[in-house]
Amino acid sequence: MEMQKLYLLVALAPLFGAAVAGLLCRVIPRWLGHTVTIAGVAVSFIGSVLVFQDVMAGNTFNGPVYTWMTTGDYSFHVGFLIDSLTATMMLVVTFVSLMVHIYTIGYMHEDPGYNRFFSYISLFTFSMLMLVMSNNFMQLFFGWEAVGLVSYLLIGFWYTRPTAIFANMKAFLVNRVGDFGFILGIGLVLAHFGSLDYATVFAKAPEFANTTINIWGAADWSLMTVVCICLFIGAMGKSAQVPLHVWLPDSMEGPTPISALIHAATMVTAGIFMVSRMSPLFEMSTTALSFVLVIGAITALFMGFLGIIQNDIKRVVAYSTLSQLGYMTVALGASAYSVAVFHLMTHAFFKALLFLGAGSVIIGMHHDQDMRNMGGLRKYMPITWITSLLGSLALIGTPFFAGFYSKDSIIEAVAASHIPGAGFAYFAVLAGVFVTAFYSFRMYFLVFHGEERFGKAHHDEHTGDHDDEEVSHDHHHGLAPGQKPHESPWVVTLPLVLLAIPSVLIGYVAIEPLLYGGYFEGVIHIDKVAHPVMEELAHEFHGPLAMVAHAFRTAPFWLALSGVVVAWFFYMKRPDIPAAIQRRFSGLNAILENKYFFDKINETVFAGGARLLGRGLWRGGDVAVIDGFIVNGSAKVVGWMAAVVRYFQTGYVYHYAFTMIIGLLLLLTLWVRV
Amino acid sequence: MSYPLLSLAIWIPIFAGLLVLATGSDRNAPMARVIALCGAILGLLVTFPLYSGFDSSTSAMQFVELVPWIPRFNINYHLGVDGISMLFVILNSFITVMVVLAGWQVVENKVAQYNAAFLIMSGLMNGIFSALDGMLFYVFFEASLIPLYLIIGVWGGPNRVYAAIKFFLYTLLGSLLFLVALLYLFIQSGGSFSILDWHQLPIAMGAQIWIFLAFLIAFAVKVPMFPVHTWLPDAHVEAPTGGSVVLAAIGLKLGAYGFLRFSLPIAPDASQELAGLVIALSLIAVVYIGFVALVQADMKKLVAYSSISHMGFVTLGFFMFSAMGIEGALVQMISHGFVSGAMFLCIGVLYDRMHSRQIADYGGVVNTMPKFAAFFMLFAMANAGLPATSGFVGEFMVILAAVKFNFWIAFAAASTMIVGAAYTLWMYKRVIFGDVANDHVRELNDINGREFLILALLALCVLGMGLYPQPFTEVMHASVNDLLRHVAITKIQ
Repeated sequence: MEMQKLYLLVALAPLFGAAVAGLLCRVIPRWLGHTVTIAGVAVSFIGSVLVFQDVMAGNTFNGPVYTWMTTGDYSFHVGFLIDSLTATMMLVVTFVSLMVHIYTIGYMHEDPGYNRFFSYISLFTFSMLMLVMSNNFMQLFFGWEAVGLVSYLLIGFWYTRPTAIFANMKAFLVNRVGDFGFILGIGLVLAHFGSLDYATVFAKAPEFANTTINIWGAADWSLMTVVCICLFIGAMGKSAQVPLHVWLPDSMEGPTPISALIHAATMVTAGIFMVSRMSPLFEMSTTALSFVLVIGAITALFMGFLGIIQNDIKRVVAYSTLSQLGYMTVALGASAYSVAVFHLMTHAFFKALLFLGAGSVIIGMHHDQDMRNMGGLRKYMPITWITSLLGSLALIGTPFFAGFYSKDSIIEAVAASHIPGAGFAYFAVLAGVFVTAFYSFRMYFLVFHGEERFGKAHHDEHTGDHDDEEVSHDHHHGLAPGQKPHESPWVVTLPLVLLAIPSVLIGYVAIEPLLYGGYFEGVIHIDKVAHPVMEELAHEFHGPLAMVAHAFRTAPFWLALSGVVVAWFFYMKRPDIPAAIQRRFSGLNAILENKYFFDKINETVFAGGARLLGRGLWRGGDVAVIDGFIVNGSAKVVGWMAAVVRYFQTGYVYHYAFTMIIGLLLLLTLWVRV
Repeated sequence: MSYPLLSLAIWIPIFAGLLVLATGSDRNAPMARVIALCGAILGLLVTFPLYSGFDSSTSAMQFVELVPWIPRFNINYHLGVDGISMLFVILNSFITVMVVLAGWQVVENKVAQYNAAFLIMSGLMNGIFSALDGMLFYVFFEASLIPLYLIIGVWGGPNRVYAAIKFFLYTLLGSLLFLVALLYLFIQSGGSFSILDWHQLPIAMGAQIWIFLAFLIAFAVKVPMFPVHTWLPDAHVEAPTGGSVVLAAIGLKLGAYGFLRFSLPIAPDASQELAGLVIALSLIAVVYIGFVALVQADMKKLVAYSSISHMGFVTLGFFMFSAMGIEGALVQMISHGFVSGAMFLCIGVLYDRMHSRQIADYGGVVNTMPKFAAFFMLFAMANAGLPATSGFVGEFMVILAAVKFNFWIAFAAASTMIVGAAYTLWMYKRVIFGDVANDHVRELNDINGREFLILALLALCVLGMGLYPQPFTEVMHASVNDLLRHVAITKIQ
């Protein structure tokens, strides 16, 4: 088959499934709904494999599909750019999506919105593919917002839950703050480069290395710095970097399959993908890279802390996602784009696995998500247990597991980086290793080991986020006393097993070709003089097994191990210690419980401020001044004048006669005087 | 071009309206509706050849008709369209079909008169978009006020008289200044009312400024621009659904169209000189009105304010004097025709069932009206400027043009991405999502076939224009480029 047609097929097959399942969601039976969407995504996955092989064979593509619009001197196209970066993303997206589609059959089988859900996740797959396959900024933005829309629809999937419909609006609006920066960045690109096609822009970029623009006051800014920071603000929204991260924890209100697909594996990594794609631009501004690095480091460390105190199983994984996204961003800032994409890929597998594992636990627990009600589940859910353990080991960077290769490479890259902020970032990612291991195994032990705490149905003890843990909701039943959890059906466990395989192996297989084998040659551009990080990494790399052997002599391994041990000690051996610490450091605990007060500040300052401003402008401006004073005021003046003038028309002849005589006399006087 | 298509587009709806008026009464209301629908559809069909037969390579007026009307004052019945006006004739005729359908079962009082008012207004508005004679334009411009005044005043809500008079006086104030400017141009040009002659007329700077200001006031009221916008929310709130749809979809475009047909080409130097003023007012409209929309408790008022904010993008696009800005503004105008029309129709669907427009009276509508909720979601997203909907295209173009013009203007304009999404989605959340709020919501019936048809047609337009705007922009290029060339040349001699 001609490759261009295959590209179209890959993108459009999920859209077709989404259209059938969505438009006919009330007409067609459930089996047809999931069959058509799964078939669409399966076609897409197989197509992606073929495209990947084709790219491996050295065939890349960059061309338009149709002209979206022409205006003035500009033309905008919808088109595809197929290279190694795109092919990697396509594989990750379609594979995880396929797994999630299959899993959904089991997870959502009781839900009345079954077909609608399948329609949404297929629509998401289409949007995400359009995003990664784009060859220009316009289509990138198109996919960017489209995935945001589907995320909005899916977070609010259970639209009767007040928390869900609050969370989805919040997610959309916070993302829009990012997109606000993003579109300004795109505008600057168009204004200075005269095109939105990647190839043209990247080719022209070096000409603008020393261009400065006047943005604020007298100071001149490097054009590339401003462009890159604007674009990165978009990435901060989508990839949930501090301070635009606030939507991601709340997005856990959505059903678990989409938490795995959208809010862990694919959509949230769009920002990472975008920055990697824009590497020729970012490489030209060390200032922008420093900004990226510092934001990423803050996210990596401080979001990890929040994972420690969560009791909702999904929220632990959510904060872990935030922290890992921070790691990827750090890698971008250190100019190790390929490492960021590598971590993106390994993370997609093991984090999807962890989320789907958490979902399996939630099914087993009859939709109770509180870890304090779990414990000892390994006996009842063996497949979920083993696969979750593998996922956790991958996440904390156990040597040989997928996460080890990618995360260790990030840490080494930061160590090798010398741009401003690298020192702080190195500390953050190193400390983050301990934190990651601690919260991951805290969760693991609380869920799968220890005393069986389920069947007691004590839902009234919820603490923490008052706004997002609804006590009396029908999606939150939990096990009745005496009930035991059961292993989930095969449609749920099969994806777990299929995701566990790459979670263990993909790092070992992929690290050498991906990072050091010229895989991203000509795709990711690095200024080797200014940012020689990858050179140094390549210098120290002697094969994946040697890396494992070396790991036992480095800090990250021991930090991770101590994190696991401390978690075991705190939650298996001496559960009284964490409680005591919580009491002892109540101030710190309050800060963490309130998530550094980001939500409160946003709620009062931004949301409240906007409402107050709106009310002020409306009542004060429109109603009082314009309508009250000017419009109705002038009407009143006219009315008043008319009322006064009316007295001159009394209708009495002698009044008129009197006025005439007076007037005549006055005129006469004037005339006589002249 | 053997048929006088523009005359047909003007007079078919008007004659259909008169026919409905003559034959219809409340006793045979169905017949009035059928005649009205046939007239509207026929009126729409005759506009299609305007697009298919349009030559997009030239900026000259096409489908021109020229007949002397009042030779004594050299007033002619002179019609023609270019790439700027042609799409609005089609849009207007399309929206007319929508409103006749929208009032089908809803309006039961004075059915014939109601439909007649809309048809006559539709013809008059087509006249505005195709008139090339200043006096003819003025006659259509003023005459179109009357049907809308009646629609608000007769079929409107409880406070309709205040709203109708406010609407009428506001717009009349503007148009009187407009008339003075027309008469001045008539004298200056040595006795010509031809708009195209005026385009070539050299005018001194001082006079240009006065002409520009007179036009500005006339058109700013119509658009409406801050601070002469306060008639719009009242008019929308009191107008029946169809009235709101026409007002938002077409009525607001008349003023914006006037800028391109009169202000820019007749007073180019003054336009350049005073562009800063218009841009400032546009940005106030975008930002200020966005925040005002956020706190509205009445859905129609919210969408009315949102319209003002979106029209701010239009005037902003015009006065940056770039092809992308002007075309973006024109795209925004057409898109806003679809989207705001659809938004008002959606609110009408709810109002017909609940007889309330207060957001607080709703909640959880999706539980009882899922199909409606899906449509409303699409239009809400289009209103928030989501890519793949028409609402995105114009905003995208104007913002991109603004970045090139001045970064901080773009910054202010782009804030609508956040505020626009906030007020639209917050309203959607409170009305549609959630548990069933009360018994009235529980008893709601989902949309019927007629409503489905209307919303589906508009949804196709919104999506089609979002996915493939090229057919819309390519007919504009020649005319917009010509306009820009024209504006760049000074008229001062």
